[in-house]
Amino acid sequence: MRIHCPFCGSRDTGEFTYRGDAAPTRPTVPDEAAFIDYAYLRDNIAGPIDEHWYHLHGCRQWLTVRRDTVTHEIFSAVFAATLATEEAR
Amino acid sequence: MRYSWASLIAQSLRKHRGWKPAWATRPVKPHYDVIVVGGGGHGLATAYYLARNHGISRVAVLEKGWIGGGNVGRNTTIIRSNYLLDGNIPFYEWSLKLWEGLEQDLNYNAMVSQRGVLNLYHNDAQRDAAARRGNAMRFHGVDAELLDRDQVRRMAPFLDFDDARFPIAGGLLQPRGGTVRHDAVAWGYARAASALGVDVIQGCEVIGIERDAAGAATALETTRGRIGAGRIGLAVAGNSSRVAAMAGLRLPIESHVLQAFVSEGLKPVIPGVITFGAGHFYISQSDKGGLVFGGNLDGYNSYAQRGHMPTVEDVCESGMAMMPALGRARVLRSWGGIMDMSMDGSPIIDATPVPGLYLNAGWCYGGFKATPASGWCFAHLLATGASHEVACAYRLDRFATGALINEKGEGAQPNLH
Repeated sequence: MRIHCPFCGSRDTGEFTYRGDAAPTRPTVPDEAAFIDYAYLRDNIAGPIDEHWYHLHGCRQWLTVRRDTVTHEIFSAVFAATLATEEAR
Repeated sequence: MRYSWASLIAQSLRKHRGWKPAWATRPVKPHYDVIVVGGGGHGLATAYYLARNHGISRVAVLEKGWIGGGNVGRNTTIIRSNYLLDGNIPFYEWSLKLWEGLEQDLNYNAMVSQRGVLNLYHNDAQRDAAARRGNAMRFHGVDAELLDRDQVRRMAPFLDFDDARFPIAGGLLQPRGGTVRHDAVAWGYARAASALGVDVIQGCEVIGIERDAAGAATALETTRGRIGAGRIGLAVAGNSSRVAAMAGLRLPIESHVLQAFVSEGLKPVIPGVITFGAGHFYISQSDKGGLVFGGNLDGYNSYAQRGHMPTVEDVCESGMAMMPALGRARVLRSWGGIMDMSMDGSPIIDATPVPGLYLNAGWCYGGFKATPASGWCFAHLLATGASHEVACAYRLDRFATGALINEKGEGAQPNLH
């Protein structure tokens, strides 16, 4: 697999560290059930999902990558910070 | 037909034309007392022990592919019980004890070979950890021997003892560990279960779980029609999240791909199973002569039964660091299997919040060695409704209660377990 990093260009996945599914978001209020859900439960989808990859041996940016877990096809990669800023608006 | 010397001689005299299929193909009944979803090692073992230990013979095993085509035929065939934590050791030791009597019990040659499992250590800190693990095992009555460098050298002189970065300092040996021919395990359990009246149904994929007004699971929608069930057990590791989602459940599991490799056939060189302590690499030699080896997960969520090249490179580098002679052997083939990676690296055998639906999942990459005990304990749960005493720590709600069983202490990051 190769990920098209928006800063560095097309790079081998060996340069990246995997964080996992980008869907879980940290609860903003101290709710026990919500934290259990965030920490432990996953949809574990077979198909396209958004996930977090860290470009450790490159620009050291967190990316949100859309990738198919069945075919390993990568559709897009954007800076996670940019995405978060856009979503916050 | 019982397999024996007498049956072999009688069949040879008839030019082997009288052998019958190992298990029966029967029509699908509209209702079963228990349906086990997943005809892998765990599902077949569950069905067998339901019939043998609990006298429940109206049991069906549903397999979407064919018997032996899933993870039971994709692992590296290792059996062992060298665990550290109290929640794990009794379970895996019970499994090893069942392996020791399996062939006589099933009347099937599964080639159980207790050739020993040796975990190498490379420095003082790892030696302390190995001693601690060995002590934990011996407290539970499991065999463990701490070997020094010379003892390891006598067992396996071909290892790289003088590697500049990771010199071998010794190893923790479990002499009763070893290997088993994996597909014979599936065939043996399928045959023995079928003989006790269990319907082994291949080419039958579950596409929905039917629930009554009270929310209880009462039937399965399958590619071969609706089948009613008293109780339903899921043993579909790799796809647990997908099947559980049909009943509206979310699980503490991610699916990851793990690769394995086999070299060309060689003369006997490796005496048992040897694992590298300075990276993740393990190797053994099949009775056919091929070196069977593997290492880390690829590290990303995957439902594809194939991996990527960086992991191939990583595994082979680790192998070369431990056993340089490996570089002279050619890799014949490699493949991938999908692992149920749980959030603490340990399995789940428990009832679910859906009445009538039971779960056997989260085996990470340690499912094969657990096959007999997993089937034994899951059958106990399905028959009695209560957890078996050696599997009572494998609760689904342990992620909420905090009673995690985290052998590696990596936290809720499944690709690190």
